[in-house]
Amino acid sequence: MRAWALRTSTAQFDSQAQAIKRKVVYPVVMHALMILGVLLVIFPLAYAIILSTQAPSEYYQIGNLLPGSHVINNYTTAWTRANLGQLMINTFIVALIVPIGKIALSISAAFALVYFRVRGAPIILAILFLTHLLPLPVRIVPTYELLTQIQWVNTFQGLTVPFLASATGVLLFRQFFRTLSLDLVDAARVDGAGPFQFLFRILIPVSRTNIGALFLIEFIYMWNQYLWPLLVANSIETRQVQIGIKQLVATDSVIEWGVLMAGTGMIIIPPLLLLLLLQGTLMNGLTSKEDI
Amino acid sequence: MHSSSFPSRWLPYLLIAPSALLVVIFFIYPALQSLYLSLYRVNLVRGQYLYVGLENFERLLNSQEYINSLVTTGTFTLFVVVVGLSLSLLLALGASQRLRGFSIYRTLLIWPFALSPAIVGAIWALITDPTIGVLTNGLKSIGINFNRVTSSSDAFLFICIAATWNMLGYNVIFFLAGLKNIPPELLEAASLDGANVWVRFWKIVFPLLSPTTFFLLIMNTLYACFEVFGLIDVTTQGGPGRATNMLIYKLYNDGFKNINLIGSASAQSILLLIMVTTLTLLQFRFAGRRAFYR
Repeated sequence: MRAWALRTSTAQFDSQAQAIKRKVVYPVVMHALMILGVLLVIFPLAYAIILSTQAPSEYYQIGNLLPGSHVINNYTTAWTRANLGQLMINTFIVALIVPIGKIALSISAAFALVYFRVRGAPIILAILFLTHLLPLPVRIVPTYELLTQIQWVNTFQGLTVPFLASATGVLLFRQFFRTLSLDLVDAARVDGAGPFQFLFRILIPVSRTNIGALFLIEFIYMWNQYLWPLLVANSIETRQVQIGIKQLVATDSVIEWGVLMAGTGMIIIPPLLLLLLLQGTLMNGLTSKEDI
Repeated sequence: MHSSSFPSRWLPYLLIAPSALLVVIFFIYPALQSLYLSLYRVNLVRGQYLYVGLENFERLLNSQEYINSLVTTGTFTLFVVVVGLSLSLLLALGASQRLRGFSIYRTLLIWPFALSPAIVGAIWALITDPTIGVLTNGLKSIGINFNRVTSSSDAFLFICIAATWNMLGYNVIFFLAGLKNIPPELLEAASLDGANVWVRFWKIVFPLLSPTTFFLLIMNTLYACFEVFGLIDVTTQGGPGRATNMLIYKLYNDGFKNINLIGSASAQSILLLIMVTTLTLLQFRFAGRRAFYR
């Protein structure tokens, strides 16, 4: 009897100690580890932003992590030297046209493949899938030649049209449409809705999470394009914002770090803001989707 | 094929046509053109196309420079994949804990995804600058000399670290999504059965995450082979020597800076195509038709 009592009390003691471990020690250790990890990820950018405010005399003092005196000077210099205003407008045009066009074309093709009888559907899918195997670098020389032949160098067509077709989009929406209940389309047909009413009133609204996630990923992808714009957009009317970075690096002799980091700080704002805004949509778009 | 489809005969083809047309014009035609050009020696100035069979390929595979590029790219890819994926998985595992205040860590970890390789190049060039860089000076104070401008191995390591950091955000996003899809009841049940954290990770979490891991493996490889171009172009430009002259950088220089090497550049494209195809087919073989986000 006493032995039994003793056992329970140590058990209680144990569970209490474990509860403390679980509720106090564990979260504290985890928080400490996470803060360390986050600092590792954030430090380079934070340092770059601090440096974007400093004059050369300030950043040549090694380890000077204080905000400097050259904020306005650095930012205006970067803005005018790389023509960032114009470059940002140019890049916005491309980074909006491509995701919107890609989503429209993908939904259209996926809609056809899922809700119509399409003869040769496997062949069509196989052809679309080829885009997966043929990323731009493996066909860059002839694609560039093609662009010169049709005189699309230094045009927005040249920057956007080659990116519009996407197996990614078609397969994504096809996959999503197939998880939807067939009752949806039956109900729509009983109500006398035509294919386009069904597409615009039902299919597109229920796909908004996927549309949002794809838009975010494609916007960031296009905003960050480098190689293709370097080749095909050399005029000031079409030059893209990432090439501005190269311009800021390639000054005569010594890199003006303050100005370069100021330019960096401005160029990253649009994609960062959009990511913050659509972060939830992206995570939902990635998790709600069922595998096929 | 299900019965719930709309009856139109021609409408579906009209809906597919724009995508199909673009694929033919901008994907299939240039790829065939690549294949064609890779068999020729091209002189653009004289407009001469001389059929040389597989000579371009033979030359590449026998050239020290190409093999060097291939090995550099391979080592770099291995670094990005192994170090990058392990680190991201650790961070994602930490951030996915159901503890108060942890959602903020999720936001703070994923943002490097929004930064381009060129931007990341500029930022890491700053912190590793031989004179003013905080990292280089920090290392100097503990007796380590790091100079990405003069030392080949330091330059290579610099590209590896910057690229890995660049991909962290993307990797963490997908790992977080993958972890969220693992039913918590499964882990609780295992926990009640006495499985410790280590066992739960290797027996439950890791296997269930494998489609995500495989998908990320492919995406990181593609990044290391292609997207890294901007990072190299704003920093090392392939140097010092040829220490960071990755395949894509060499392809760019041969295809667009040297007018006589178009045949060779096309052959390089075809070799890249073979590598990418092999990888993508492997993805399908092992991971099935999974998420297709870029």
